Amino acid sequence: MPLSFYSSRLADAVNWARKYSLFQYPFVTACCGMEFMALWAPKYDIGRFGAEFPRFSPRQADLLLVVGTVTERQGPVLRRIYDQMCEPKWVVAFGVCASTGGFYQNYTAMPGADQVIPVDVYVPGCPPRPEQALDALLLLQERIARGEGHSQVVLKQEKGFDVPLAAIRPTARGGKV
Amino acid sequence: MAQLILDQLKAHFAAGEIIDTGSQHGNEWARVTPEAWLTVCTYLLRDPDLQMDMFIDLTCVDRLPREPRFDVVLHLYSVAKKHRLRLLCGLAAGDPVIASLVELWPGANWFEREAFDMYGVRFSGHPDLRRILMYQEFQGYPLRKDYPKEKRQPLLRRLPGSV
Repeated sequence: MPLSFYSSRLADAVNWARKYSLFQYPFVTACCGMEFMALWAPKYDIGRFGAEFPRFSPRQADLLLVVGTVTERQGPVLRRIYDQMCEPKWVVAFGVCASTGGFYQNYTAMPGADQVIPVDVYVPGCPPRPEQALDALLLLQERIARGEGHSQVVLKQEKGFDVPLAAIRPTARGGKV
Repeated sequence: MAQLILDQLKAHFAAGEIIDTGSQHGNEWARVTPEAWLTVCTYLLRDPDLQMDMFIDLTCVDRLPREPRFDVVLHLYSVAKKHRLRLLCGLAAGDPVIASLVELWPGANWFEREAFDMYGVRFSGHPDLRRILMYQEFQGYPLRKDYPKEKRQPLLRRLPGSV
């Protein structure tokens, strides 16, 4: 059997492991944080889907949850946190403010977190129900399993193949802000 | 009760420093000229019958297209005498400058910085007049009526084609 068969099977296995062991970094700035707490607490229990632990260091996390409004002044901070996370990494915009700016249209609110960082899944709602956030997590897990998370796509573009382990870090991304 | 303050003010400043006075919902107000701003405030603080020793609030109102365009609004209260007063001062659109009150009430410091940040009113004599809420790179004054709400001043944006 060709080597590519084994490498693709290995990537599938690794992606299967990745999707059930997401370590989240909650970037909580606003009232959506309440729904995030409900999501995390026993009633909805995001831990059932393997995304149990919030790691309050971006270096230990691979899922960035942007929960709440992002202001222009926070933009460089958010970008820096995203850059500190190790590959592969994924981003969920939690709520309309993080997705589009929501009802804010003023001199200080940023129209969506995707202005400064790439976002995989957008969750609508003001705030979203915990079920919506769980739905977004399942959607993200499907993408991770298919290798379609944006950081996986980036790795494929840069390295030409799906990287089964985090052994290869994309370091040649300097200059992109 | 505070009508007595207005009477005393009008008696003491008879040379046109007090433009107008009035009472609205039981709150007395006086409108003064920009030139008399500091002397009137000093008098309100120092006079033994007034003793406006508590600085409540200072803010600004943009009354576009009225001229004078800006109204600086000062709220004062006397803890000893238990009376309060609202002081207004109109400023021209071209170069809104008014005397700082930090010497009289140190608490005015951040309020004047906020009025400067949001409306561009400069307070001469302020010890540290810089933006307090917005970032230093911000251009313009966001609470002015002619500031477009769609205007973006990004500190950071993804470049086209970046992930």
